[in-house]
Amino acid sequence: MDLFRLTIHDATNLLRQHTIRAQDLTQAVLARIRATDPAVRAYLTVCADDAIAQAALADQHLQTPESAPPLCGIPIAVKDVILTKGIRSTAGSKILADFVPPYDATVIQRLKAAGAVIIGKVNCDEFAMGSSNENSAFFPTRNPWNLAQVPGGSSGGSAAAVAADQAPAALGTDTGGSIRLPAAFCGVTGMKPTYGRVSRYGVVAYASSLDQVGPVTKDVRDCALLLQTIAGHDPRDSTSVNLPVPDYTATLTQGVTGLRIGVPKEYFVEGMQPEVESAVRASLAELTALGAQAVPIALPHTAYAVATYYIIATAEASSNLARYDGVRYGHRAAHSDGLTAMYEQTRAEGFGPEVKRRILLGTYVLSAGYYDAYYLKAQKVRTLIRQDFLQALQDCDVIATPVAPTTAFALGDKTTDPLTMYLSDIFTIAANLAGLPGIAVPCGFDTQGLPISLQLLGKPFDEATLLRAAYSHEQHTTWHTRRPSL
Amino acid sequence: MPLVTIEEVQRVARLARLTLTAHEAEAMTEHVTKILTYVDTLNAVPTDTVEPITHAVSGPMPLRTDAVTNVPDPTLLRTAPATEATFFQVPKIIE
Repeated sequence: MDLFRLTIHDATNLLRQHTIRAQDLTQAVLARIRATDPAVRAYLTVCADDAIAQAALADQHLQTPESAPPLCGIPIAVKDVILTKGIRSTAGSKILADFVPPYDATVIQRLKAAGAVIIGKVNCDEFAMGSSNENSAFFPTRNPWNLAQVPGGSSGGSAAAVAADQAPAALGTDTGGSIRLPAAFCGVTGMKPTYGRVSRYGVVAYASSLDQVGPVTKDVRDCALLLQTIAGHDPRDSTSVNLPVPDYTATLTQGVTGLRIGVPKEYFVEGMQPEVESAVRASLAELTALGAQAVPIALPHTAYAVATYYIIATAEASSNLARYDGVRYGHRAAHSDGLTAMYEQTRAEGFGPEVKRRILLGTYVLSAGYYDAYYLKAQKVRTLIRQDFLQALQDCDVIATPVAPTTAFALGDKTTDPLTMYLSDIFTIAANLAGLPGIAVPCGFDTQGLPISLQLLGKPFDEATLLRAAYSHEQHTTWHTRRPSL
Repeated sequence: MPLVTIEEVQRVARLARLTLTAHEAEAMTEHVTKILTYVDTLNAVPTDTVEPITHAVSGPMPLRTDAVTNVPDPTLLRTAPATEATFFQVPKIIE
């Protein structure tokens, strides 16, 4: 048995039955990384020594399995925008290339309390800005299904690592689709929780009203398990919501009888890859065969979501990235002629082109004379987009859409025109604007062998229904069991 | 269609404390113009009677007691490029 192929739930059973040891599992995952990462390039930092030590500790706890914490001995990869104490965290940027955080993000504290092993930090688009992982300041990650293709972004490293069995699971972040898109391109499961469900404390901020941390996993049960660990109120994040966290695995197997699935016509547009549309429609047919009911709905402001996002997200980013000034941490330009010059040169040297572009856009739309026309206008359209969803969700329980208009494209295909890249997010972005939860699950492959996924969007804080519907779909198909040949 | 000049891009860059090379400024002007043209499509949406979203979560901002809770931690200086005693060192500000 290749231990690196195990899901969290299978590994947990074997660990608690003492069939395998946590140290063997961690060693197997580390060996898998050594064997495959020269090709995939998902990892920025592999924490081999720390991980082995954590695994040894886990084996001690597993001597008494009934008292071992829920993720005891399970290796998890972490997107490099999530701060890990004592472990280099770069956010995919040169400006933080040598930054070693003095504290753990809340989600990391929760993983550690649950006994998880932090196996390493995975690659991402710089400051989580991107849809292909090509904006990483270090190197692009490749899609394990076809190494000439992108893994998606910005959590490309997280999705590629899980797809390549380089970790049983990973954490990513999603601001405009950055978990769901790479999950879809890499054929794994990825979820963006409701805004406020998971703490953002210790997560490098891109757009504070849109960012969320979420699980990237091999199947839906694992997604539920990982969400369970990281979700919940955190007083250190004032946007985290003080609502109880339900038992996400308890309702997984309840099926979809009577579940109303909204199908928005605005998400099945011309220009979509035909195989993507047919795979998603086939999934809907499967779900209705299992007892769900398809309900046509309208989300009239869909076409404005990308424009709204690229005003709001860039505005927030321009503010959030002002802190990278070379004073207290990160890169500082050498030999500057005064403080302002130091700021300007530090940021010029440390930021990549896409980050600069978004900072400039954001500064522009917030500047005097333009604020009303752009930022205020976008905030009003955001209200309308959110209202569209809340209205539609009165007539259905979940909404089903494709994740992306195409399967994974080739490296370099979309890097010359930023706008073309931005349009990869057309189906994922609205959920971030509306603050709603969304999950991507594999639902097919195209003729090139590239994964296709189904997206389900849900009511605020109703991750349980999303997981239940996704689980039903998954258990009646075998897409999620396929692995790339590496 | 908005006319974004290269001078305007340089002005905004200064506001954002970013130095752009001439080549970067040119490319940036082209990209920014294109993106702003795209986002101009929002003008087609009637929003006169619509309230802007100002908070992603509803409800009052939670407050805590106004008391000192953090302990001075010298390890926080370890991330700094330049320090002196318990200070972050920066280029001279006042001439």
